[in-house]
Amino acid sequence: MGFYLVQFLTGLSDASALFLVACGLSLIFGVLRIVNLAHGSFYMLGAYIAFSLIAYLPQGAFFFWTGILLAALIVGLVGVILEVFLLRRLYSAPELFILFATFGVVLMVQDLSRWLFGAEDILGQMAPGLEGSIDIMGTLLPQYDIALIVIAPLILVGLWLLLNRTRWGILVRAATEDREMSSALGVNQTWLFTTVFFLGSCLAGLGGAVQLPKGGANLLMDLNMIAAAFVIVVVGGMGSIPGAYLASVIIGQLNSFGVLIFPQSTLFLMFLAMAVVLTIRPHGLFGEIEAEEHAAAQTAGTVLKPASKKVRLLGLILLILIFVLPVFVGQFTLVLMTEIALFALVSMSLYFLMTGGMVTFGHAAFFGGGAYSAALLVHHLQTPMELAIFFAPLAVGLLALIIGWFCVRLSGVYFAILTLAFAQICWSVVFQWAEFTGGDDGLLTIWPSKWASEKIVFYYLTMVLCIGGILLLRFFIFTPFGYTMRACRDSALRVDSIGINLRRHQWLAFAIAGVFAGLAGGVYVFSKGSVFPDEMAIPRSFDFLFMVLLGGVETLFGPVAGSAAYTWLHDKIARFDFWQLAIGCIFIFLVVAFPRGIAGSVHNRFGKFFED
Amino acid sequence: MADILEVHHLYKAFGGVKAVVDVSFNLKDGQLLAMIGPNGAGKSTCFNLINGQLRPDHGDIFIMGKNVNGSKPRDVWNLGVGRTFQITSTFASMSVLENVQMAQLSYYKRTKSLLQKVGRLYVDESMALLKLLGIEDQAERACGVLAYGDLKRVELAVALANKPKLLLMDEPTAGMGPSEAQNLMELTKDIVHTQNIGVLFTEHDMAVVFNHADRIIVLNRGELAAEGTPDEVQANEKVKEIYLGHGEPAGIGKKELIPADSKEA
Amino acid sequence: MKNTKIVRSAIWALLLLLIAGILIFWFSFKPDVFTGNTIKIGEIQTYSKLTVFTFPYRNGWQLALEEINNAGGVNGKKIEVISRDDQGKPGEAVKVAEELFSKDKVVLMFGSFLSNVGLAVTDFAKRNKILYIAAEPLSDAVVWAKGNRYTFRLRPSTYMQAAMLAEGAAKMPAKRWATIAPNYAYGKDAVASFKKILKAKRPDVKFVAEQWPALFKINAGAEIQALADAKPEAVYNVTFASDLAKFVREGKLRGFFKNVSMVSLLTGEPEYLDPLKAEAPEGWLVTGYPWYDIKTPAHSKFVEAYQKKFDDYPRTGSIVGYNAMYTVYHVLKKAGSTDTEKLVEAMEGLSFDSIVGPVTYRKIDHQSTMGAYVGKTALKDGKGVMVAWRYADGKDYLPSDAEVMKLRPQ
Repeated sequence: MGFYLVQFLTGLSDASALFLVACGLSLIFGVLRIVNLAHGSFYMLGAYIAFSLIAYLPQGAFFFWTGILLAALIVGLVGVILEVFLLRRLYSAPELFILFATFGVVLMVQDLSRWLFGAEDILGQMAPGLEGSIDIMGTLLPQYDIALIVIAPLILVGLWLLLNRTRWGILVRAATEDREMSSALGVNQTWLFTTVFFLGSCLAGLGGAVQLPKGGANLLMDLNMIAAAFVIVVVGGMGSIPGAYLASVIIGQLNSFGVLIFPQSTLFLMFLAMAVVLTIRPHGLFGEIEAEEHAAAQTAGTVLKPASKKVRLLGLILLILIFVLPVFVGQFTLVLMTEIALFALVSMSLYFLMTGGMVTFGHAAFFGGGAYSAALLVHHLQTPMELAIFFAPLAVGLLALIIGWFCVRLSGVYFAILTLAFAQICWSVVFQWAEFTGGDDGLLTIWPSKWASEKIVFYYLTMVLCIGGILLLRFFIFTPFGYTMRACRDSALRVDSIGINLRRHQWLAFAIAGVFAGLAGGVYVFSKGSVFPDEMAIPRSFDFLFMVLLGGVETLFGPVAGSAAYTWLHDKIARFDFWQLAIGCIFIFLVVAFPRGIAGSVHNRFGKFFED
Repeated sequence: MADILEVHHLYKAFGGVKAVVDVSFNLKDGQLLAMIGPNGAGKSTCFNLINGQLRPDHGDIFIMGKNVNGSKPRDVWNLGVGRTFQITSTFASMSVLENVQMAQLSYYKRTKSLLQKVGRLYVDESMALLKLLGIEDQAERACGVLAYGDLKRVELAVALANKPKLLLMDEPTAGMGPSEAQNLMELTKDIVHTQNIGVLFTEHDMAVVFNHADRIIVLNRGELAAEGTPDEVQANEKVKEIYLGHGEPAGIGKKELIPADSKEA
Repeated sequence: MKNTKIVRSAIWALLLLLIAGILIFWFSFKPDVFTGNTIKIGEIQTYSKLTVFTFPYRNGWQLALEEINNAGGVNGKKIEVISRDDQGKPGEAVKVAEELFSKDKVVLMFGSFLSNVGLAVTDFAKRNKILYIAAEPLSDAVVWAKGNRYTFRLRPSTYMQAAMLAEGAAKMPAKRWATIAPNYAYGKDAVASFKKILKAKRPDVKFVAEQWPALFKINAGAEIQALADAKPEAVYNVTFASDLAKFVREGKLRGFFKNVSMVSLLTGEPEYLDPLKAEAPEGWLVTGYPWYDIKTPAHSKFVEAYQKKFDDYPRTGSIVGYNAMYTVYHVLKKAGSTDTEKLVEAMEGLSFDSIVGPVTYRKIDHQSTMGAYVGKTALKDGKGVMVAWRYADGKDYLPSDAEVMKLRPQ
């Protein structure tokens, strides 16, 4: 009995740490409507700063807690700096750009933390006065767990009072419920957003600081936490603080009791729980149905036009260049070009989805799925390369149909996060089902057939498949189906009122995008000779998103330009020691300076020239 | 003339608030029926019940003899119902022509086609519609950059694309200048009469209503307060009471006749 | 208007900053390029992540490189190392290998830390017929299941280190054992090997519980509870880094270690033991590296040179990096050529005296016999140290030749 009680309390104390981070994220999302990836970085900063402060301050309980609160405040101020100097400039830009920028911040904070605090894992200080344990029916429970169990409900109540009993809170709630309305009522949104961001960041910092006695600080905690925090926010319902608490408790208990029943599937459980909740309650436990998003505003004024004669000529020159390239360059350039072409195809398939208003955070599941389908066929059935490449897209198309069935019922951020959840499920299956998939040791020796084993031959094979795929997707965009996709993005209301079944079209589009991403994955595995779970992981999905954004979402050439630029940039910059810092700076710079992406900016400048 | 829309004893409540209470009326083809009433009278709810966006608690709606209770908006459209929105809803990344083509593609069930480009598909029919509404010179412009009055016309063109028998127009002239509004309604009336379409519309602008509606129904607090020709309604004491209220200063009552609230969409 | 001006100037400032940053990076991190006649060696390692492990390793090989080149290089030429980051991603590592091999024309490659990166490069080496010396990855598959003619491994593998611990574990009275290991290939290999060897030596032991926390996401309190519930007499731990710290702290608070004997893989390495400071566990049987206590002349000289050059003490990675570089030196010297086939022949059976003891690259499976230090943890001056340690020579902890033949594709 004592054992289960202690297990329960342990789960509850874990839930507290999760809640502190998640409620800040939820608050920020609810009011600012931005997906703040840097939230995990604030959590990490909170841990590092609190550790440094406590080490600096005199010993004792008073100074320990002072250190923790000070750290939270400092992180809050860092948040304010970020909000005032970066995010504020981007509120009018599409959601994705803010995501892009905050991911840039994540990369920068990574390297800056390494520079400031060192690479070594830090073990946090114990809380003075709470170093011992208490005996619960024969089982020991650390005293600090009790403290944590108490802290979270205190914060919950505090936030509730703040939101319900103060003028500021009423304004925040008004902004959460109806942004346009509150701005029409003359609420000073700038000030409101900054304070909310401050509070949210404070809470993240506090979360990082109070977990010190349970763990410490290390450079991996930002990304480890952000995924969990998103799961909680989405399960609880975006913007709902009590929802975040309930979801934290559920996830905490799931982790706590999960290790007893499924010790091998700890990763899987959390995302499975999330998928189940979102399938039953698409907007989370306490979530409100979101107001229709006016995606249309993002694209106002640009009409996609088929390529003009000049653009076609340019494309033809490019094609010729691609085909004569092997004569002039070395093998490594061919390898790089192969990778660019494959990524361009994936980006194009993602772009195709985005024309239908579906921004997915889980595209790596399709790319990696294709790679794994092909690799598994070769590994288990000795399938020849040609057949494996043929079956990979079909398998992924099927996977996309299954995932899509759940996902297309949602839209906007919920859709994105649910795709992320499914991608994580795929990833954890591949990662933890080692007997079949090789786990993190991956699948090796997946080399091309003999006739294609020369680098040059494989280069041509890739180019034919990728350029073919890209042109086909491009063609699709101009077909009635492609038009319908764009219509779905522009106005769901109008689409419904002219007799179009939006979900069915989106579902189909999801599968088509899956097929093409799967094709790229299938070819990719033969170009590398091996496949590993990280091809399916979250960073891979973001890579593809960034390629599309970098290229620009308004022009059809964007994804190709973006993947070329991204891959090239990555290859060049990754040679430096603090390359994440550099690439983070570049991301932010690009978002602020070229919100229309590379192709968009070129189009802006030289668009007239290319018209017929 | 046949009844293309029949509404029988419609009820709808949100939580404890009764939005529509026992509303019945009908509409014949070739007729313009205006639905008016002060803010919160249940016009929008009533409208959304008919077009399928909401499901009634009780009551029946027949469109061309078919019970559409619980049908989705897209099913209602498939019966031959076109609609326009109070806040225009067009495809901003497409040209005016493409917007109409899009509706044609849906009408001809071509939306899943991946084998040919849209290109010139249904261009002639679409251009004919644009010409009918006098915006053919705007055909190549993006909807995202259009003037508001033109957008309203685009919406009407889209609504007419499936050769509807019934048009549902929510505040067709909201946000337009007075003369522009009169022009649009004149045009609508013309089309409706020549093509024998029935129109149900809500409107705040009383000048538009009384100049163009063939019949008017008045809603108040969810209930049907009056029904009749413009002259009958104008003479109705109850209607005056609703709009001017008891003992309230007339000025405030008058104001309510002119839309200020965009939330009722 | 004013606002846009500010934005614009901010953008320009950012741009300038960026360019300046890139230039600084460029100049400060550009490798020293030897203009003369050099032998180019490729080096792939995870330098943008896990730097706490890989930087000491880099220091190790850089120190060795300096020594070698100061002594005149090898075969009359200096050695030039082209070092690249793999970002901890196997796909990236293959791309980098491709570049080193086809663009930079390196004669051989060494490095990598993560097992899956090591395996990816192993496979690449096989296909492209280029010599690869896997320095740090522990996975058994590098030399066994996926072993090939072109791949050699320096560091004692998961199997060898587990065998070293199982030897000590067999001497313990405990019969009820539990295991906890991160849920990925390394953890699984380490547990499987340990179980197999311990079972062989002590048929009476029983494994009563297994816990598999996700890597770096341990739920320490819950895992400890679950282990304690099985009432084991001894526990074999494979968790490391931040997982280990949480495990140790929670275990202490929950009184878990009072009644169990602990056997723990790698925990004696300074990389893992030092962050625990005064909370380092006592009396655990571990493998590790007690650099402070090894008094052989060769090792003392190494420590002195290392501390002088880097103002820091060596970690396990340092000796691996140092030995890896000397492997390169010795193989080039022995082969007297940079032809891959000749290098491979020279690698098979290559022997030299390293700072930890004699090292031989076995012909049968290309595993080196570099050993590890086995001992008990203790606290000294508020710091974890290894006591009563001994050097376990790798050659004594490998399976029989017949078994190896079965494990390795022929």
